[in-house]
Amino acid sequence: MSDRVLPDVTAESIKVIAESAGIGQLPDEAAAALAEDATYRLKQITQEAVKFMHHGKRRKLSTADFDNALKLKNVEPLYGFHAEEHIPFRFASGGGRELHFYEEKEVELGDIINAPLPRIPLDVNLKAHWLAIEGVQPSIPENPPPVPKEDQHAADRPPGVTAKPSGKDGTKPAGKPGKAEVKGLPSEVAGVKLKPVLTHELSVEQQLYYREITEACVGSCESRRAEALQSLATDPGLHQMIPRFSTFVCEGVRVNVVQSNLALLIYLMRMVKALMDNTTLHLEKYLHEVIPAVATCILSKQLCQRPDVDNHWALRDFAARLMGNMCRNFSSNINNIQSRMTKTYTKILHDEQSHLATRYGALAGLAEMGHDVVKSLLIPKLKEEGEKVKMLMEGPVHNSVDKTAAEHIRALLLKHCAPVLAKIRPGPDNQEQYKTDFGHLGPLLCAHVVKARQQQQQQQLQATTTTAAAASVVQRPTLQIPQKSDWVSCSLVFAQINSCFKTIFCESEKYLDDFASDS
Amino acid sequence: MADPNRTVVVTDGSNDASTVSGAATGVQSSPKGEKGAGTDPSKMDQQTLAAVLQFLKNNKLKDAEAALRREAKLPDGNGDSSGSSRVATSGEVSSVLSAYESEGDLARYCEYYNSLSSFIESSLDAHKHELGCLLYPVFIHMYLQLVYNRHEKEAHKFFNRFSVEQEDWHQEDLRTLSTVKTREQMEGNDLMDTFRSSKFVLRMSRDSYQSLRRYLKQNEHRELLSILQDHLFIDVFDGVPRNREQVQATSGAMMGEARRDANKVKVLYGLPKEPDINVPLDDDDEGAEGEDKPKKKKQKKDLLLNKNKKADPNAPPPSRIPLPELKDADKLEKVLSWKEGLKRVPLGRENLPSICFYTLANAYQNVSAVGVSEDSSLLAAGFEDSNVRVWSLSPQRLRTMRNASELDQLDKEADDIVERMMDEKTAADSWLLHGHTGPVYATSFSPDREQLLTSSEDGTVRLWSLHTYSNLVVYKGHNYPVWDVQFSPTGYYFVSGGHDRVARLWGTDQFQPIRMFVGHYSDVTCIQYHPNSNYVATGSSDRTVRLWDVLNGNCVRVMTGHKAAVHTLAWSPDGRYLASAGVDKNVLLWDIAYGRLLAEMKGHTDPIYSLCFSREGSILASGGIDNTVKIWDVQKVFEEIAGSDDLTSLDRASLVEVGSLLLGSFQTKATPVLKLHFSHRNLLLGCGRYQHS
Repeated sequence: MSDRVLPDVTAESIKVIAESAGIGQLPDEAAAALAEDATYRLKQITQEAVKFMHHGKRRKLSTADFDNALKLKNVEPLYGFHAEEHIPFRFASGGGRELHFYEEKEVELGDIINAPLPRIPLDVNLKAHWLAIEGVQPSIPENPPPVPKEDQHAADRPPGVTAKPSGKDGTKPAGKPGKAEVKGLPSEVAGVKLKPVLTHELSVEQQLYYREITEACVGSCESRRAEALQSLATDPGLHQMIPRFSTFVCEGVRVNVVQSNLALLIYLMRMVKALMDNTTLHLEKYLHEVIPAVATCILSKQLCQRPDVDNHWALRDFAARLMGNMCRNFSSNINNIQSRMTKTYTKILHDEQSHLATRYGALAGLAEMGHDVVKSLLIPKLKEEGEKVKMLMEGPVHNSVDKTAAEHIRALLLKHCAPVLAKIRPGPDNQEQYKTDFGHLGPLLCAHVVKARQQQQQQQLQATTTTAAAASVVQRPTLQIPQKSDWVSCSLVFAQINSCFKTIFCESEKYLDDFASDS
Repeated sequence: MADPNRTVVVTDGSNDASTVSGAATGVQSSPKGEKGAGTDPSKMDQQTLAAVLQFLKNNKLKDAEAALRREAKLPDGNGDSSGSSRVATSGEVSSVLSAYESEGDLARYCEYYNSLSSFIESSLDAHKHELGCLLYPVFIHMYLQLVYNRHEKEAHKFFNRFSVEQEDWHQEDLRTLSTVKTREQMEGNDLMDTFRSSKFVLRMSRDSYQSLRRYLKQNEHRELLSILQDHLFIDVFDGVPRNREQVQATSGAMMGEARRDANKVKVLYGLPKEPDINVPLDDDDEGAEGEDKPKKKKQKKDLLLNKNKKADPNAPPPSRIPLPELKDADKLEKVLSWKEGLKRVPLGRENLPSICFYTLANAYQNVSAVGVSEDSSLLAAGFEDSNVRVWSLSPQRLRTMRNASELDQLDKEADDIVERMMDEKTAADSWLLHGHTGPVYATSFSPDREQLLTSSEDGTVRLWSLHTYSNLVVYKGHNYPVWDVQFSPTGYYFVSGGHDRVARLWGTDQFQPIRMFVGHYSDVTCIQYHPNSNYVATGSSDRTVRLWDVLNGNCVRVMTGHKAAVHTLAWSPDGRYLASAGVDKNVLLWDIAYGRLLAEMKGHTDPIYSLCFSREGSILASGGIDNTVKIWDVQKVFEEIAGSDDLTSLDRASLVEVGSLLLGSFQTKATPVLKLHFSHRNLLLGCGRYQHS
């Protein structure tokens, strides 16, 4: 109580108000007395207004509550007062004066008259849904996601000493149809928390949903697929079905790699991406199925029927990017996903006998792991890889498959190494220097680095405040920065302004909330 | 009880005067109503009468004054007597205020307060907590004395220094008090008036009281002594001093705990036996010779109708309150609901209910009240833009009655006459009722579903016909916002309560209240009719729950323990237990037989606005603006009491120790739970307005 600054109306405010009402010389004592009384009345009214808020069953105090409180105290309520959600004052300063003012724009009457009528608001309606069925909350769009993401996460790593989750993670045969696991209430057994193994059937609706989604995802209709992926990426409450989906992906990859069915593999990877995009899901428990599937799509020797024509490189890139995201999101001290994957990749690179497509996958995988990995693992290998590429492209025995592979490897290395080099190598860029450092790839690399430097400078100039954000945008290969950089920086600035406003609004709302709960 | 009565008479009069001024009938009703509420006129002391007369005179309400004089058989007070009474009244007012007259020396007050608090700190652990309750009222009155004696700066210092030491639940009142900084502001502040005119009640054991007396004898603190004498009422009981939990459980109300003798009256909480209805098992017709006995709440019907035919020893005699006779339609209704009850799902620890949630979408104006009819077929929502909307929850759409000429042509002897009266062309899913001029704070359906009551900020209660969807009656009398209104389970009677601190009992055909329940120190925020129609429970923002006897208007139970305003109440189906909850986020369960607190259920994170017992009373559902429905295992508490000795001792408000009672918690997406209702089959219905983020 005492450490809080009590909001009081000051004598100065009273004088200003008096001035605006046409009373020039208000004596100090009068102002002080008035200020005190005004404070008292305001507080009293506010306390009454809070009563109205409580009866309106709200958390937020509204202007109507104030009006009602005024009415209760037999004071004439304010007429025509209207406040949007935010504080309507604008601030201006200049010439040593500071002032707050209402921003009132001039309005053309004709515009208002001629403006089309706004849409009539929808009528109030009543909609029923099942909040619970015999004590269990069904996972339907009307209900919140059954287990919030934090709780799913908490279930992965229970605090304190935990017994080995019996058959929860690895040993549970998730492929068994018709069974899914739900989080059981932890039961205390001899001081150690044991989670009971719970199995339960998916509801009919969930089974239907599963069938629809999986059929659409691998079916031939592109629009249905888009819808299905959208649903996977946004719908809450899919938590119970992830084991099923992850098994579907896992099995699907296994079958289609054998049959070299590139299209289906791509569809399956898109499913994984959709599941990862869903903010209400926590995939960590199912990585043991997903990661091998994704890794297969990156590293497999053959992913398509005609390796010389089909673009399986795109699939490898896409899968590698997925893997990179997974490492960023899920890697921890316990599962060590990132280091394990890195080891797998480097093993392939050290193996001279490895297939070129696999090599490409390993390089792509490493490249997606982030700057540090590129710096410490890819760049030292540039020379060696460059020689290989040279040998393949110019060497005596070359077939078309190997040649395309070499081209792709070269493009990949250039694309990913150049920005990193631009960061870590001090300029100027010398063709010869590059040649000695990186061998065959040197000259090309040099050109790319120069380009990358220019880009970076441009961005620094254009969006000094948003470099961090811009840098993260650069990494995404889908966004073409050179053409759109202006637009991007503009939109970033806009976003920043917007968020500024938002915080201001939030602050004011918070103030109101605080006010309501305190007074 | 005399003190609160007196203050409220004045409040009531000022209501009338402030708005009605001139409508003499409204004014006259206030003294009459006061007498109707059971206060013996001979008891009403002359001073009060004089004060009322003076008030009427001052406000130039001559008719009312003359009427009151006639009734009180006082000489016509023109000329000389008016002068004397003026002197008397103003003298009285100033004498109340001058109770605070003293030198008011900050140092001495601080010293006294410190000395008292260190005495309490150093006293035996057994007494410490009981004596600790002294600090708050003493602090308040010391502060007010300082303010009254124009030591504003000292008062402020005193307040800042010691207010932090007070318990959390007092902070709300302290904030209100802290705004009072000058003597002028003391007048007209509701809370101040309450503190001034009523005594703060403390209960303590004889041992604790003795130690307090010893302390007071040793230290002759005159101011302290006078505060204790003038403003505190110490209720001494013989027995073991209470511990911290026990003290905390019942403290929190605005004016301290309930006096021990306040809860001594026997409450006939039982349900009268079921009227005989010859039930042919094919529903349509049923025997006509039902006795004129109060209708029982439908959920009491058990699988064996005969089981309830035994008279409950605690039930009031059927003729205690005149109740409307059962009509044929009512009997049919009872049979139908009984048959519905046969299909009821037993609920309990193992069987949680299914919850069907009704969400009000596109409600741009906030929804401030939701009511559901007893048979769960209708839902009424009150909005802050003064509208009321009625929906049908059953497949039966809502129709109006045909117009008079069409009705005239109908064959009145036809079996399906009720059906024929309705105009099929008007069928709609919902009806909008216009009429109020302020936010609607409560809606209540009559048991026969033909009428709807609503109460609003505009100070009125309105009765609507659900046959014509029009306003039938406007009940004026509260003049300040009416926070709650509820029909009696038998229909005809209803109770309303509002900002004027009075709960009023009305009959639908009378425009003046039949009873006034006066005694709350602050707004009456919620009302719940007892299932046997003989009692009314009210909750208030003075943080107490009171039970009133409809027969004589007396307050028969005062229950303290809430730490903030009470906003919802619910009776168990057997009429013995009452659950209450509100802004303090706790649900409290009371045993009405002894007026004691049974259990405290914590878990909500925001104010609770709805409570409902399941039809057989085994579980309790609560919901609030934290968007959660919680299910509590009250059966466990009842079993616990049945097992333990019959603790009749009111002084030991020990909570039943049963651990956590929470059975389930169900969150909605973004919909506050404003209403919960169990259908006859024990399906839980919830309702609220979807809140756009």
